[in-house]
Amino acid sequence: MANKTVLHAKHLEAGAKMVDFHGWEMPINYGSQIEEHHAVRKDAGMFDVSHMTIVDVTGKDAQGYLRFLLANDVVKLQDKGKALYSGMLNEAGGVVDDLIVYYFDQTNYRLVVNSATREKDMNWLLKQAESFDVVITERPEFAMIAVQGPNAKNKAAELFSAAQKEAVAGMKAFFGVQAEDLFIATTGYTGEAGYEIMVPAADAADYWQKLLDVGVVPCGLGARDTLRLEAGMNLYSQDMDETISPLAANMAWTISWEPSDRNFVGRQALEQQKAEGTDKLVGLVMTEKGVLRAGQKVRVSGGEGVITSGTFSPTLGHSIAMARVPATVGTSAEVEIRKKWVTVNVVKPSFVRNGKSVL
Amino acid sequence: MSNIPADLRFASTHEWVRPDGEGVFTIGISDHAQQLLGDMVFVELPDIGAEVGTGDDIAVAESVKAASDVYAPISGEVVAVNEELEDTPELVNSDPYGDGWLFKIKAEDPAEVETLLDAEGYEGSIEDE
Repeated sequence: MANKTVLHAKHLEAGAKMVDFHGWEMPINYGSQIEEHHAVRKDAGMFDVSHMTIVDVTGKDAQGYLRFLLANDVVKLQDKGKALYSGMLNEAGGVVDDLIVYYFDQTNYRLVVNSATREKDMNWLLKQAESFDVVITERPEFAMIAVQGPNAKNKAAELFSAAQKEAVAGMKAFFGVQAEDLFIATTGYTGEAGYEIMVPAADAADYWQKLLDVGVVPCGLGARDTLRLEAGMNLYSQDMDETISPLAANMAWTISWEPSDRNFVGRQALEQQKAEGTDKLVGLVMTEKGVLRAGQKVRVSGGEGVITSGTFSPTLGHSIAMARVPATVGTSAEVEIRKKWVTVNVVKPSFVRNGKSVL
Repeated sequence: MSNIPADLRFASTHEWVRPDGEGVFTIGISDHAQQLLGDMVFVELPDIGAEVGTGDDIAVAESVKAASDVYAPISGEVVAVNEELEDTPELVNSDPYGDGWLFKIKAEDPAEVETLLDAEGYEGSIEDE
């Protein structure tokens, strides 16, 4: 039977079209995914992300454990509440999952990992913890709502108590803070400003309704995908997985090579991949009619690759994609679309930020 | 859930057909089809004057989600296409039986339309899906 978030009834009430998302029955849209997309780029939209897995890591060795577990280095986290994006690698240097880790102190961190990989991740977290003094606790008692867009923070703040407003005042991007009953973080998956808010499950439906009442537009997985792709953000299992090096998934910036004596899972394999060279993940832009789609073949200078994610970009009005191709790639590529080869531009995999094209 | 006008004929591949008189028929895709495809982003239409046979893929309806072929439900000559769809493909979503029409065919044999599904038959065919 499909898992349902505590907001399931609210989605049905709003006329959502529900689909199976890795075992969760989730809204794909509430009518038009393009209108939902524009709501996030121009005003404020919200997503039910309660299916994502929240895991607290506490104990004497919490920092040492995470320095071993993650390719990025949590030692970078010095300010309370600061967040870090990282890959969690296997011994072969493939990506077990990508996640966000929040720092509270050296014995207390919070991870947010993907829902589709929940069971695998939990097993992995426990397995790697064997020689560390840590406690790993899932927090299913929280629902999570992402409120995103240029007006998202102001609209969400209408619901905040005085103490919560004070807690988030001046909070920079990529921080999280527990403020009374809410955990409020300046993170997201859209390329817009906003919050991801963890709210006690029992209060979530009421909170969702209050956000609706202040004019935040409910958005489904369809818009979430076009927004994250415009922002150049990877989707696990599509743009990378256990067989893919982070170096071939535009995640080199998430690897902390220094200090060189920090041993982390996958480091040895990763060093070898770096020395040998890997494919790279690039952005593709097609301004003519048609839509680039995952799985389409890509010809570049020096070889062949494949589109990992492709869509129509509602903000730009044409198609964009991410593709994994040989590192010899030049500034253009050819994509096979419906049996025809079409020439497209190769760019950095980032297309839209804060409502504006970065092409 | 979807709207199936009783006065239209349908192909099992989700095209609808409406007689305009003098052997000309307007063709579009059904409400059910546009719901399945979701937000339309491009519609590729046939050339005016093209001779088409029943079952030929002559147009493409491309949504955010997928590209879908549109088939000629009858044989004949394409005599008009909906140029509005060039800039506003979303008409296929908002008004699939009206402003979201795709093309018009002058039938080789107008009687061929009688072999298509009626509304009830089409409703049955989508229930079986």
